[in-house]
Amino acid sequence: MTMVEKKLNNDFYIESPLPPKRTRMQEVRRLFGQNRLAILGLFIFILFFFCAVTGLFLTSGSRPVFDPAMVRLQEKLRPPLAKPNLDSLQPQEVPALGVYLMGTDDLGRDVFARMLQGAWVSLTVGFVAVGISVLIGIFMGGIAGYFGQHHIRTDQVLFTFALILGTGLVIANFTFIGTVFLLLCLAYIFYSLFARHGSTEKETPALKAMFHSNAVSIDTLIMRIVDIMLCFPSFFLILTVVALLPASIYNIMIVIGLTSWMGTTRFVRAEFLSLREQDFVAAAKALGLSNFRIIFRHIMPNAIAPVLVSATIGIASAILTEAGLSFLGFGVPPPHATWGNILSNGKNFIFDAPWLTFIPGIAILIVVLSFNLFGEGLRDVMNPKLRERH
Amino acid sequence: MIDGQTTNDRPLLCVENLKVYFQSNGEHAHAVDGISFEVRKKETVCIVGESGCGKTVSALSILGLIPTPPGEIVDGQIIFSGQNLIKLDEKAMQKIRGNHISMVFQEPLTSLNPVFTIGDQIGEAVYTHKQIEPEALFQYCVQLLNDVGIPSPKQRLNDYPHQLSGGQRQRVMIAMALACDPDLIIADEPTTALDVTVQAQILALLKSIQKKRSMSVLYISHDLGVVSAIANRIYVMYAGIIVEQGNTAQIFRAARHPYTQGLLASLPSLSKRGKRLYSIPGNVPNPAYKPDGCPFHPRCRHRILSCQKEYPGMCDYGEGHLARCPVLFKSKGYKASRIQGVK
Repeated sequence: MTMVEKKLNNDFYIESPLPPKRTRMQEVRRLFGQNRLAILGLFIFILFFFCAVTGLFLTSGSRPVFDPAMVRLQEKLRPPLAKPNLDSLQPQEVPALGVYLMGTDDLGRDVFARMLQGAWVSLTVGFVAVGISVLIGIFMGGIAGYFGQHHIRTDQVLFTFALILGTGLVIANFTFIGTVFLLLCLAYIFYSLFARHGSTEKETPALKAMFHSNAVSIDTLIMRIVDIMLCFPSFFLILTVVALLPASIYNIMIVIGLTSWMGTTRFVRAEFLSLREQDFVAAAKALGLSNFRIIFRHIMPNAIAPVLVSATIGIASAILTEAGLSFLGFGVPPPHATWGNILSNGKNFIFDAPWLTFIPGIAILIVVLSFNLFGEGLRDVMNPKLRERH
Repeated sequence: MIDGQTTNDRPLLCVENLKVYFQSNGEHAHAVDGISFEVRKKETVCIVGESGCGKTVSALSILGLIPTPPGEIVDGQIIFSGQNLIKLDEKAMQKIRGNHISMVFQEPLTSLNPVFTIGDQIGEAVYTHKQIEPEALFQYCVQLLNDVGIPSPKQRLNDYPHQLSGGQRQRVMIAMALACDPDLIIADEPTTALDVTVQAQILALLKSIQKKRSMSVLYISHDLGVVSAIANRIYVMYAGIIVEQGNTAQIFRAARHPYTQGLLASLPSLSKRGKRLYSIPGNVPNPAYKPDGCPFHPRCRHRILSCQKEYPGMCDYGEGHLARCPVLFKSKGYKASRIQGVK
C-alpha cells in the first residue's frame, strides 16, 4: 500500500457515515407499538398482575381488608353493586367498600374478595407451572438438539432399566429380586470403573461388542419420550395424579408443569438443530468454551424467542387447566377461593344468581385472551421473517 | 528434518500421517488420507487445494473439532509443542483451544454470535483462559480492537455484529483469535467472503500482527494469489493427500507435480491475455470412491499405466521440496532411490 492509499483509507474510515444506531430494545418497542392488540394484552396482563399482588395482601392475614371467607348467611345471593343491610350485620362483617361490588354467593361471601384471592392462585399457577415446563423443556430440548447425534450404548440402557426395576421391586416389597438387580447395577459400576481401561487394546469378544453397540441416539430417546407424553390425554393424567396426591395448590402447579413441557422441548430442539451447525458455535468451540457454556450462553439466547412465545400462551392454558380442575372439584381445596371453584359453586345458581358464573368466567376469558394476544404480538416482534411484513 | 535444520529447532506443530474418515450411509469418505505437515515457529504455512480436498477437515482435526459421530480420526498424530493432541481429553483440549491455538473462520458474517455485543464476545475469549478484572478486561479489549485496526474501538465494543461491515467483522474475529496470545493461528480461508480491497487489508493485518507477536500461522486457502503473498512454505493438497510441498519460490517457480502445475497454469495473468485459460479436465474424485493408485491419475496428462496401480511416493527434489509424482521424477532423471514412503 502506498502512502497515498493509506491516507485515503484512513480518511475513509474516519469520515464514513455510520448507520443510524438503533438498539434491539428500540426496534422491539417500534414493532410492538404497531400492534395495538398486543399492547392491549400487555396492559391487561399488567393490570391482572397488579390485582393479583394487591389482592394477595388485601385478602390474607388475620384481619384482611377483604375477607373472602366471611360468611353472612342473611346476605346470600346479593346481586353486584348491592348495598349491604347494615342492620343485620356486625361492624366487622360490612364489606370494606361499603357495597358488594360483585355480589355475594350462596353463603353470603363477598365475591369481589374471593375473586381477588383467586387471581393470585391463577397467576402463580400460570407462572410456576409454565416456569417448570419451560425449564424442563429447555433442558430436554437443548440436550436433544445439541448432543442428539451421540448414542447411548446397550449396556447403559440395560443399566438404567435394571436400576429402575430394582428400585421399583424393592419399594414394592419384592426385596430379594430387587436387591439382585441393584447388586447387578453396583457390579456394573465397578466393572466400568476398573475393568474397562485394561481391555481397550485387546480384541473384544462378541458378547461384549453387543453390549457396547449403540442402542439408541439421545435425540431419538428424548423425542420418543416426548411423543409418549403427548399421547397421554394430559387432562386425565392430571386428574389421576391429583386424585392420588394430597390436594394442594403446589401439587397442581407441579403436575401441570410436568405434563406440558413437550411443546417447548420440540421448539428448543428444532432451534438447536439449526443453530448447532452455525459458524458461531464452531467459533465458540474453537475459543475453548465448554459445551455447557455454549449451550446455555451462546445458543440459548438465539433460541429463546419461540420459547417465550409458547410460554406466554402456555400461561393462559395453565390458568385454564387450573380453572377446569377446580371446577371439577379436583383443584385447590374449598375454603380457598379460585376462579374455577367460584365458577363451580355458581353453576348451581346459574338462573338465580348468574353473576356467580359470569364474573369468574369473564375474568378467565379476559386474562387468557390477553395472554394469547400478547404472546402473538411477541412472536411477531421476535420473528425476523414476520418482521418484514410490517 | 526435511530442511536439514538442527534438531533443537523443533516444529511448533507436527502432523504425522493424519487420517480422518467420515462415515455416512455405510460409506467411508476418506476426507483426509494420511497427511503429514509441520509448522515451525514464526512461520506462515499455507495449505492449498480445491474445495473438498480436506483442507478444512485437517484444520478442524488439529483443534479436535471434527464432529465425532460421522467423522473419526482413524490414524496419525498431531504433536503440538510436545503433546499429542489426539490423545488429549476434551477438558485438556478446551485449555488448548483459543489459548494456544486459535482459529479464524471463513465467514465473518456468521461466525459472530448475533445476540451479543462485540465487547462481550472478545471479552469472553479473554476471560475463558485468563481471569482478569472487568476494568482491565475492557482496556484489553479496546487494545485488541485497536491492534486489528478498528477505528474508535471504545464505541465499537458496544456494537452488535450486524452493525459492522464484513471487513470489520473479520477484524473482530482476528481480535478474538489474538485474545490469548496464541502460538498458532489457523486461518481457514479468512478472506474468501470479503471483496478484494478488504482482502488485501486483512492479509496485511495478519502479516503485521504475525510479525509483531511472532506467532505461527497456518493459512488455508484455495487462492494461489493470496498464498503467494503471505506464505513461507506451501503444502498442496489433493483428494485428502499432500501432493507437493516446498517453499513459496519452489512451488511457484518450479512446481513438480502435474496438479500443482495445472493449478498454476489456470491462474489468470497478463501474459495469458487473450488466450483461453487452462483448466484441469475432470472433477475432484468422490472422497468415498477414490481411484486406485494415484488419486490424480484420471485427470493427469503425464499418467502412465503404473499410475493406476501404485500409490505414488514422495519424491525428494532437495531443499525441502517434495512432490508425489514418480513419473515426472524419473523422466527428469533423478535417482529413484530418493522416492520415500511407497505404500
